[in-house]
Amino acid sequence: MENDISKTILRVAGIIINELKLEDVTPETFEPDLDLVDEVGVDSMDLATVALVLRDEYGIRIDEDDYPKLTTVRIIAEYINNKLSNDD
Amino acid sequence: MKTVSSLLDEHWYERYKKISKLNIRSSIYDVTNRCNLRCKGCFFFSSGEHEAAVEENDIDRWHDFIEKEMARGVNLAILIGGEPTLCLDRIEAFYRRLPTFCATNGLIKVPRDRFPNMMVGLSLWGDAEDEKILRGRDTFKISSKNYEGDPYTYYLYTITPKQLGKTERNIKKIADVGLKVHMQLLSNDEGVDGFSWQPPELIDIRAEMDDMLDKYPQTVISSRYYHEIITTGRMLGRPFGWLECPSVTEPLDNRNPRPKRLTNFIRWASDLKTMHRCCTSETRDCSTCKDGAAHMSWVMVNKRGHIKTAKDLQNWIEVYEMFAKLYQFIPW
Repeated sequence: MENDISKTILRVAGIIINELKLEDVTPETFEPDLDLVDEVGVDSMDLATVALVLRDEYGIRIDEDDYPKLTTVRIIAEYINNKLSNDD
Repeated sequence: MKTVSSLLDEHWYERYKKISKLNIRSSIYDVTNRCNLRCKGCFFFSSGEHEAAVEENDIDRWHDFIEKEMARGVNLAILIGGEPTLCLDRIEAFYRRLPTFCATNGLIKVPRDRFPNMMVGLSLWGDAEDEKILRGRDTFKISSKNYEGDPYTYYLYTITPKQLGKTERNIKKIADVGLKVHMQLLSNDEGVDGFSWQPPELIDIRAEMDDMLDKYPQTVISSRYYHEIITTGRMLGRPFGWLECPSVTEPLDNRNPRPKRLTNFIRWASDLKTMHRCCTSETRDCSTCKDGAAHMSWVMVNKRGHIKTAKDLQNWIEVYEMFAKLYQFIPW
């Protein structure tokens, strides 16, 4: 489980870095508890972009009403893993 | 990676925290097609928007409509017209439910017993001479009497090229009646002779706006970065225009790729069904649009683009604060 979440965190960080073209950071150095909205300036349009990629990658739908809750890479990773385990 | 806290000292970070969670979701509503003035250069009448829809007269339908708008996530109603104060019952329908801003020419006083803390923006197009040329009368004379000392009112001073060198006179008059002022520039939709901006004039007016902000900091609600953006039409090296404007009605926004934009923004006509293309006239040339709110919003929606240097981020904070003050999300 611990391994699962670490893997998801790295993948989510990679997607965010790639989609938002963030500079000077790698999935490994991305602080998973950094507030994406307050600290990185991510907005709902950015989240919508990321959500589309996550949908394709994991086959899950991220509800727009959930965007305000998805404030860190770790929270997004946990959200994905919960959705995947609920689908099992 | 640049983060907000890595760029700001404690003072700026505190300011940032006060605005970072506001999540303002505005839409604009034409309250009526009627007006008690006919101003040369008014986009509403010059572009025929007053004839785009037959206004809804059933107040119950306004109440139902506003409930639906709230369900859509709108948390700031910006009322324009025509002249909204001709329909106080419609204004009240918004004000009872939502933070509401009412743009008016100030000829009719909003009764404060009915609307105690509604934000009111008084349009002003220059000194008495320009007001008479463009609007047929000196509205300041009346609006300043109606609203003197009102803590929830400010002047929205649309500066024209004819005002170069004369803005202080108007700012001082506004300060003397105990009101605040926010400045924007005339877009001159009707092409009134001598009222279109020329590049050297824009350089001069930017300096004059900066000067007014320095001299009247208690009266002028503005920021130097906003002056730069609105006079140069450029931000972060990009030109303002159709491909960048954040204030396009969302269901009509077919731009691809979509730029950063206001979430769920719609400008509604007064039939409560028709949508206008954007916050101003559909016939306006976007590349020369000087709409103040659109330029402020342009900065605000591009937050990540400003997380580059401390100065860029401070500029972003100042513009966001200005917007939040003008719509009463934070105190003056």
